[in-house]
Amino acid sequence: MKKELEAIQSEVIRRSGVNPKKCMRCGKCSGTCPAYDQMEYHPHQFVYMVESGDIEPLLKSDSLYQCLTCFACVDRCPRGVEPAKLVEAVRLQVVRRQGNNHLKTDSIPALIDEDMPQQALVSALRKYSK
Amino acid sequence: MQRIGVFVCWCGSNIAGTVDVQAVSDALAHEPGVVHSANYQYMCSQAGQNLIKEAIEEHKLTGIVVCSCSPRMHEATFRKTAAAAGLNPYMVEIANIREQCSWVHKDMATGTEKAIILGKAAVAKVNLNAPLTPGESPVTKRALVIGGGIAGIQTALDIADAGFPVDIVETKPTIGGKMAQLDKTFPTLDCAACILTPKMVDVAQNENIRIFSYSEVTDIKGFVGNFDVTIKKRARYVKEDICTGCGLCTEKCPMKNVPNEFNLGMDNRRAIYIPFAQAVPKVATIDPEHCNMLKNGKCGVCAKVCAAGAIDYKQQDEYISEKYGAIVAATGFNPISMDKFDEYAYSQSKDVITSLEFERLTNAAGPSSGHLVCPSDGRHPHTIVFVQCVGSRCASCSEKGKEYCSKICCMYTAKHAMLTRDKYPDTEVYVFYIDVRTPGKNFDEFYRRAAEEYGVKYIKGMVGKVSPENGKLHVQASDLLADKQLHIEADLVVLAAAIEPDKSARPLATMLTASMDTNDFFTEAHPKLRPVESPTAGVFLSGACQGPKDIPETVSQAGAAAAKVIGLLAKDKLTGNPCVANSNELMCNGCSSCERVCPYGAITYVDKEFRMPDRTTKVRRVASVNEAVCQGCGACTVACPSGAMDLKGFATKQIIAEVDAICK
Repeated sequence: MKKELEAIQSEVIRRSGVNPKKCMRCGKCSGTCPAYDQMEYHPHQFVYMVESGDIEPLLKSDSLYQCLTCFACVDRCPRGVEPAKLVEAVRLQVVRRQGNNHLKTDSIPALIDEDMPQQALVSALRKYSK
Repeated sequence: MQRIGVFVCWCGSNIAGTVDVQAVSDALAHEPGVVHSANYQYMCSQAGQNLIKEAIEEHKLTGIVVCSCSPRMHEATFRKTAAAAGLNPYMVEIANIREQCSWVHKDMATGTEKAIILGKAAVAKVNLNAPLTPGESPVTKRALVIGGGIAGIQTALDIADAGFPVDIVETKPTIGGKMAQLDKTFPTLDCAACILTPKMVDVAQNENIRIFSYSEVTDIKGFVGNFDVTIKKRARYVKEDICTGCGLCTEKCPMKNVPNEFNLGMDNRRAIYIPFAQAVPKVATIDPEHCNMLKNGKCGVCAKVCAAGAIDYKQQDEYISEKYGAIVAATGFNPISMDKFDEYAYSQSKDVITSLEFERLTNAAGPSSGHLVCPSDGRHPHTIVFVQCVGSRCASCSEKGKEYCSKICCMYTAKHAMLTRDKYPDTEVYVFYIDVRTPGKNFDEFYRRAAEEYGVKYIKGMVGKVSPENGKLHVQASDLLADKQLHIEADLVVLAAAIEPDKSARPLATMLTASMDTNDFFTEAHPKLRPVESPTAGVFLSGACQGPKDIPETVSQAGAAAAKVIGLLAKDKLTGNPCVANSNELMCNGCSSCERVCPYGAITYVDKEFRMPDRTTKVRRVASVNEAVCQGCGACTVACPSGAMDLKGFATKQIIAEVDAICK
């Protein structure tokens, strides 16, 4: 299990292109995050947990799906850590393990309703169709 | 034929650990010209030097090669040793077998091989060396200080105290710099003006100091001891020697809406102005961009009210040429622009201010006469949020901020927070920090007092965004220790903006041929051992132009720079470098290429008579090198198309001999 988690950690870092060691723990990502209150693990914790290899709780956490992928943290991080990309990479690991439940491009038109912001659809595609 | 001695140093185990020193001295013993070869544990020690001296006498050596550390370290030492034994010091060559060999290799075999090759190259060079005698150049006993902030002021005062004349060039209409804009100073809380303005007056009254205010340096030529500098004295349209500084013109001028840069644009001044009450020189200046008389030829109120008749609308920029022996850069710093930090709403709300603006807002001479108010509507702020590290400690790839820590923000923020709580106990003060950095005498005690005695709320975390809502500022931030996201309704947000070198520093560095780092701070000659000297001889560094600094540090560095300047100006003559350019007149074709590339103006052309093979006389134009001015850079030797120009001590023949020895 430990080996598997280590493999996930390096896969997350490789796929996201994020170097969590650049984080100086300022917490600006969590100060910025609009979904903070819905999250069990907040953006700065996310970065720290990936860095320290504490991946297992993240894989099980609902926080993965609370991230709006708004990229505010990416824009404002002074160290260029890009936390949202890390969240996305972890999410991808989970989704991949679940098998074939991807959102298909063809199924999007049926999902469109007037109240749904376009950004949410783009985000959904990013989240599920990789 | 030379008689060469080779001396291989072990440098303890520094060299001997990776290089077989015995093998090196054995191998070099058979090189052409070598009559003696030895190795020793520490060549630079007294015993090692005696070894060299004895060998020079015993073997009648005419040149020596020392295989040791970098010539930057001990070339001077071994030259002195040789001179003491009666050998010309320029008959000494160093083969660097430490920095360029033992320290970069791990393997004994490769290290030894390279050491031998480097030694052979040095021997080949000494075979072609000739004794050289350095010339001397006089020292102009006058110093130039560029920048009139606290750094420049202190340097100038200290140099003047030693009896040398000093000129200060300041771009603003008054000296004083950033310190004049500050309210109180940490950690003692004495008023900045109260400790600075007496020094400004000292400068004005010191007979050895001239102030060129509203001026800039436009050209620098020459070299250490002999700089030729051109100073542009911008027209201020007021005769400096006649103006009494009464200030009547600044009250009567009808142009009332010019943003006042001294108060960072938070209030207005007139088109004719004196920056602040204690300005030095206390002389009015007309801002040509806003003066109606200068723009349209209509008005003339200031000239009418001036009892002294000091106004001169026809004044022109004036260029002054002066010679200096030493130049001190003291160009200082500025807070970075907040334009790129949209998340803090600096451009959206007047109530989001920088720390320097906060200084003016709490200063009795500031736009609100020292009452802490919200700039938007003048109300008293009840909740104030301070944000630290805005633009400091950013990633190197960041387009918004700087990679370095600005060093002074933690302390001045603690000062602002403490003073606010002291004067207005009804305010709630939050400070958001990443780390609180307080390495300084009485600094940490000061910060702890702010938190413990004055009840400033220090929160570890960063503000994510500030949004103006219903006349207030909604601050969203993280509290990392409580693991919470905070939402604060603030009246005033103060940003501790990173500091950067003044924009004038880079063009100045180009004029001085002084080096800078990637952030445009001046580079020191050695980060530990020569912190106030630039690598360019005769150029010294004072204050924040070298790196972020607080006032006590700036003042100590300013004094140190002054001491170095005094040490230079106290000399009557400087011993030059004999490794200067040398033109072979018989080969020179008079093309002027060398004259054009010479950065020091050391080459001139003269007409000279030559006897031709047919016994007639012909006058030819040939290059002539002024050895006192030449710095031995070698640019002319490369530019010369006919190969007439050579560098003494580094002749083309010598370099080729070294290369041949290496490639053999």
